[in-house]
Amino acid sequence: MKMVTAIVKPFRLDDVRDALSQIGVKGITVSEVKGFGRQKGHTELYRGAEYTVDFLPKTKIEAAVGDDIVDQVVDAITAAARTGKIGDGKIFVFDIEQVVRIRTGETGEDAL
Amino acid sequence: MEDILNLRYALDTFYFLVMGAFVMWMAAGFAMLEAGLVRAKNTTEILTKNVTLYAVACIMYMLVGYNVMYPGEAVNGFWPGVSFLLGAENDAAEVVAASADTWYDGAYYSGRADFFFQVVFAATAMSIVSGAIAERMKLFPFLTFAVIMTAFIYPLQGYWKWGGGFLDAAGFQDFAGSGVVHLTGAAAALAGVMLLGARKGKYSADGSVHPIPGANLPLATLGTLILWLGWFGFNGGSELVISNAGEANAVAAVFVNTNAAAAGGVVAALVTARLTFGKADLTMVLNGAIAGLVGITAEPLNPSPELATLIGAVAGVLAVFSILLLDKLRLDDPVGAISAHGVCGIWGLVAVVLSNPDATLGAQLLGAGVIFAFVFVASFIVWGAIRAAVGIRVSEEDEYTGVDVSECGLEAYPEFTSAGKV
Repeated sequence: MKMVTAIVKPFRLDDVRDALSQIGVKGITVSEVKGFGRQKGHTELYRGAEYTVDFLPKTKIEAAVGDDIVDQVVDAITAAARTGKIGDGKIFVFDIEQVVRIRTGETGEDAL
Repeated sequence: MEDILNLRYALDTFYFLVMGAFVMWMAAGFAMLEAGLVRAKNTTEILTKNVTLYAVACIMYMLVGYNVMYPGEAVNGFWPGVSFLLGAENDAAEVVAASADTWYDGAYYSGRADFFFQVVFAATAMSIVSGAIAERMKLFPFLTFAVIMTAFIYPLQGYWKWGGGFLDAAGFQDFAGSGVVHLTGAAAALAGVMLLGARKGKYSADGSVHPIPGANLPLATLGTLILWLGWFGFNGGSELVISNAGEANAVAAVFVNTNAAAAGGVVAALVTARLTFGKADLTMVLNGAIAGLVGITAEPLNPSPELATLIGAVAGVLAVFSILLLDKLRLDDPVGAISAHGVCGIWGLVAVVLSNPDATLGAQLLGAGVIFAFVFVASFIVWGAIRAAVGIRVSEEDEYTGVDVSECGLEAYPEFTSAGKV
């Protein structure tokens, strides 16, 4: 089982979500985050004083998926989130040790 | 004839009460404006300051302030004497038995309505201070200052002009309070800001200014528009009469000019910000509206609407540059109160000579100078005394955590609260 964590541009969220449902991913967790990579920040102005904002808004999507569909999931997210411009984001794949469904107590692949 | 007199009395009393209610609503305007321009962690505390200072002003002005400002029999042009609690209301039967020819020289509206209209002005003057000292002042020392400001400092300088004291005798003109209310509030704020110091992280040793952006610009905008609406009561009510055709026309002119000046201030601030920074800064635009309103407040009756718009526009430009200047002087004013109410208050007093033939530049400058000097010095002494006794600034740690938690024990935008045991 793998946890696929993707940081994408916020306006690509709906496309990523549709793409994931199409390949059978049953649930995701989404959070609003800020960050930067090669996409630098920008300067803002408040009452005449300039300041740099390094952190840009992004959306983090986390999906726990079976080993059998990990590659499809990564491809789906990549295709849905890509704009070709700097700041498109990254995908990280982690190994999951254990998964538990709280309502029923099911564990492992059954809990995904 | 008695019917007409009854009606006039009732109409003017009604007018005072409604206009006073509009000015009361400005308390909501200040509260929202300030809440929007501070950081989230300091929101509850500024709201608490705003609501409580309003209440303190109402009580202190009733207990002693009103009588200091409007004494029945003053001691002399400088000192009104001190008395406590409101006097008796006019006797309705006596009132309508008065002569119609000298009607307006006598008691032509309710005494309580007069107090009501005046008390909300005292609260407005005090409210100007809370924004300038936001995010780093302790609550109860602030309220202590409010007690003295509304019981004594504001009423005494108010007596000198509106109570018939020496400034009035010198020919100083101030229709609705660019000086008596707005410059007064700004002077008290300036004294406080100087003794309080800037927010941590606002200015660095090399002279650079770090923005501390407000957390809620919708609230700030709402607050400004509420103030704009309330100002129709502030200036409109200061005509003091509406019960005949001439006065009704005058009130209408005041409303139109008040509105025009705000509009002028907005556009001027917008253009100035755009030209100076390359961007349209909403917070400057909001300050511009208020600056325009302050600028017209000393004389909203006589100007033409076009002149009123220009007066507001000049105020808008002044506000933008004085906000920048205050930062250069390292005087941290998170909402621009000292600029919008102080600098533009002085402009408003000077601009009276543009349309009021009874005004002279000399008298206007005298009034501005006296009001500023007295209120600034008196406030400086009071703030200084409070600072020496109990301190006025929160601790560094409390400033970092946020005064909502340290002063109020409650967050404005709570997250991750627990539901308690179920």
